[in-house]
Amino acid sequence: MNGERHMQPQDDEFESRYGDWEPVIGLEVHAQLLTVSKLFCGCSTSFGAEPNAHTCPVCLGMPGVLPVLNRRAVELSVRTALATDCSLPETAIWSRKNYFYPDLPKGYQVSMYEEPLAVGGHLDVPLEDKTTRVRITRIHMEEDAGKSIHDAREPYSRVDLNRAGVPLMEIVSEPDIRSPAEAAAYMRTLRTLLQHIGSCDGNMEEGSMRCDANVSVRKRGSEKLETRAEIKNMNSFRSIERAVDWEILRQIDLRESGGTVVQETRLWDADRERTESMRSKEDAHDYRYFPEPDLPPLRVPPAEIEAIRAELPELPAERRTRFEADYGLSAYDASVLTSRRDIGDYFEAAVASHANPKSIANWVMGDVLRIVRDRRLDDALVIEQWPIPATELGTLVARIDDETISGKIAKTVFDEMVSSGSSPDQVIEKKGLRQVTDPGAIAEVVARVLAAHPDKVEEFRAGKEKLLGFFVGLVMKETQGKANPKAVNETLRAQLAGGA
Amino acid sequence: MNMNLHDPSSFTVAGARRSLDAHEFSATELTRALLDRISRVEGSLHALLAVTGERALADANRADERIARGDSAPLLGIPIVLKDIFATRGIRTTCASRILENFSPPYDADATQRLAEAGAVLIGKANMDEFAMGSSNENSAYGACRNPWDVERVPGGSSGGSAVAVAAGEALASLGTDTGGSIRLPAAFTGVCGLKPTYGRVSRYGVIAYASSLDQVGPFARTVEDLAMVLGIIAGHDPKDSTSAAIDVPDYQASLTGDIRGLKLGLPRQYFEGGLSEDVERAVREALEVLRARGADLVDIDLPHTPYAVATYYLIATAEASSNLGRYDGVRYGHRTEKVTNLLEMYRETRVEGFGPEVKRRIILGTYALSAGYYDAYYRKALQARTLIRQDFEEAYKLCDAIVTPTAPQTAFRLGEKASDPLSMYLSDVFTNSANLAGIPGLVIPCGFDTKKLPIGLQILAPSFAEATALRAGDAYQKDTDWHLEAPDLSGDQT
Repeated sequence: MNGERHMQPQDDEFESRYGDWEPVIGLEVHAQLLTVSKLFCGCSTSFGAEPNAHTCPVCLGMPGVLPVLNRRAVELSVRTALATDCSLPETAIWSRKNYFYPDLPKGYQVSMYEEPLAVGGHLDVPLEDKTTRVRITRIHMEEDAGKSIHDAREPYSRVDLNRAGVPLMEIVSEPDIRSPAEAAAYMRTLRTLLQHIGSCDGNMEEGSMRCDANVSVRKRGSEKLETRAEIKNMNSFRSIERAVDWEILRQIDLRESGGTVVQETRLWDADRERTESMRSKEDAHDYRYFPEPDLPPLRVPPAEIEAIRAELPELPAERRTRFEADYGLSAYDASVLTSRRDIGDYFEAAVASHANPKSIANWVMGDVLRIVRDRRLDDALVIEQWPIPATELGTLVARIDDETISGKIAKTVFDEMVSSGSSPDQVIEKKGLRQVTDPGAIAEVVARVLAAHPDKVEEFRAGKEKLLGFFVGLVMKETQGKANPKAVNETLRAQLAGGA
Repeated sequence: MNMNLHDPSSFTVAGARRSLDAHEFSATELTRALLDRISRVEGSLHALLAVTGERALADANRADERIARGDSAPLLGIPIVLKDIFATRGIRTTCASRILENFSPPYDADATQRLAEAGAVLIGKANMDEFAMGSSNENSAYGACRNPWDVERVPGGSSGGSAVAVAAGEALASLGTDTGGSIRLPAAFTGVCGLKPTYGRVSRYGVIAYASSLDQVGPFARTVEDLAMVLGIIAGHDPKDSTSAAIDVPDYQASLTGDIRGLKLGLPRQYFEGGLSEDVERAVREALEVLRARGADLVDIDLPHTPYAVATYYLIATAEASSNLGRYDGVRYGHRTEKVTNLLEMYRETRVEGFGPEVKRRIILGTYALSAGYYDAYYRKALQARTLIRQDFEEAYKLCDAIVTPTAPQTAFRLGEKASDPLSMYLSDVFTNSANLAGIPGLVIPCGFDTKKLPIGLQILAPSFAEATALRAGDAYQKDTDWHLEAPDLSGDQT
């Protein structure tokens, strides 16, 4: 997906890179909850507004104001916890993480610490032809900070607090990941899942999904967890793979030359393609976490949890299996079509209007997704904005199947549908693209073509069979491509054999 | 009671309401009389950080219009004062700190708004200890407030200005906040009534936070009946404060029946041991006899974890404060140092210049208590002790309906007497801290004077959300006594 398939290095390629060292990787993913308003106030969460337009006394941290929890954010977090098979303890406790930074209005971030929302889940991550189960340690909710804007030409920094207070969940995995490709695959699988259940739009470019990686290496066969480094600032699948790979190699080099890995936070520099030390364990902040006294402990009643569970949509893994079984799709096609909820929904809507799943799958994965990506519609997750409605794609394929048009003409019809917004039948009618299937009409054209080229007919009959394509081309040209290719072929063969 | 506008110092809320409804005087006349009183006595007291005369007259004018239409909202036309910790939209709200010297909030506190809707007239913002940190009101960045009974003495803190405003007749009622005794100690030291309601009874929205799990808003007034009237207005659930309780507000005035026959009043042994001054003990014992004579039963009870209350309080309060005050960084509002060369220096100098010494001391204490390696030994231990203290009260309330104690071991001390000894200052709160840790309500009413004619306060603690019980007992006491009618003589200060 997203044109990144070719980037996926092979697992064995990594194995040979790392010799007898085994990488041990855990990911901490921050995902922005898909709510309309912030976690503790009514300000909008929409992206791209004027700096500080989406602020109020609460998210500005003015004196005396208090947080009020966004119920929707809790619902979406619970949904995520259930979709990853986590269990939900009876209570979660809000905590304050204290530190000073200009884009942190209150001087603390409201998060969860000792008692998170959810614990002990897992995510099954398919990569190549095997699936790895990555355990999820915990999921907790927290508010985002604002954004500091540093410009070397100015003697000061600017602060934009539009993001301050935007609801996030942090999904922490166990160190179950064993290669950079698996780390990226985990992130992809998680993104698909969150998009599917509607808890996050998964837009990495706008920062709705971010990840930090904890990386260490050990000798193969060892079960020991070695000292790890935390890698930050990876904002694409590609940079996750590159950064983790680079860090693994750095640690291996260090260990092989007799050095030791120190616990530290390192930043991925995408331009220079390397990680750089940001701060060591000794410099680590003491965040002085303590229970947030302005918010009561979070208790989601079991009945509410069950109601959320009942409303969970079909999860991507289930859908993939169903697509293979019900539609007879290949594993690859099923995985592409279930890689995002919107794609699967579009596919199913098209199939509902015309039951030819294989052909529709090809159209969706080819022409439709090409345009969706070109127009960058794939981040909105709104199939209503896609170039043609799913039902009309179904109609288009139906017109091929009922031989109204040929597969080749269908491409023309599709392009015209996209540019004019017309239905397939309108395009076929208006442009006169209806396929010629009348045997008499076709026979007439074939006869005319053969009569005009007696020498080629001679050669064909002498055994130069590949001239058939030449005749087909001429017939199609005569009919502006509208002749039914199968009928043309059959008629040509019959007349050439018949010696008429 | 016949009310004389030339001497409003003995006015009560209930009495003034009757006079306003009977058109004996208008809200505007009453407000002008109090503004005049303020101008005469304020110079020697410094109870107010701001006199909001213009706003008060506009409020009074509106109140008169409402009265003319026959409206009789409970506080219609009643001049009140708010501790300068309450956000007042468009009116400077400093929390008695340099760091908020020019801060004017774009919002009202929930209590501010409820009082305005009930028709109260905002006449001033009261002096206080900076960020409500103190027991004497000497920690105000804008100068100490003085006790009207002896201007060389402190009024108690941190809501000293709110107490003095009522004691000196500058307002008929006021609001303060109580985190460890900040309403009750000043009420006792200045001879007025003060109530700290149950945690969650009154919204904290718009009340500048000191220690969020302990802070609670409450009223000062001259009589228990007046407290009941104000509490009825400010109490109730507020969706803007997630810690405010969704529990119905009873009719507090209706609970003032005077009947306390069979009411079991608990006397905690630990509050009558060493350290209590003779005068205070005598006054409290006499008050108990008055209550017994009215039919209350006195029972001895134990609150065994009382000795841990002060230490527990100062760990939890300072820990929360160290976090609550993180927002005063000079970035978005309030004071910012001129000496800015880099971020760290901006933070440091802004806070060095903006905060007073007691605030800095508590931020440092609280930061320490929450630090890695000390959290378990201090903050977590304090939380455990808090649970034990809460359980003490739960056990005690199985044996009694309310608990009666002295409010402070001594009467008002001299200005500067404890300023250089924070520990002895902290011990002024020894009888008040526990109620905040347990979350329970506490009423203080005047119950006499010491030999220096300084007021003594009786504390009545009730179970959570049983404010009505404490008010009923306090009101019954006031039906048989007139300590609450005594007013300090400020004639020497008139100009």
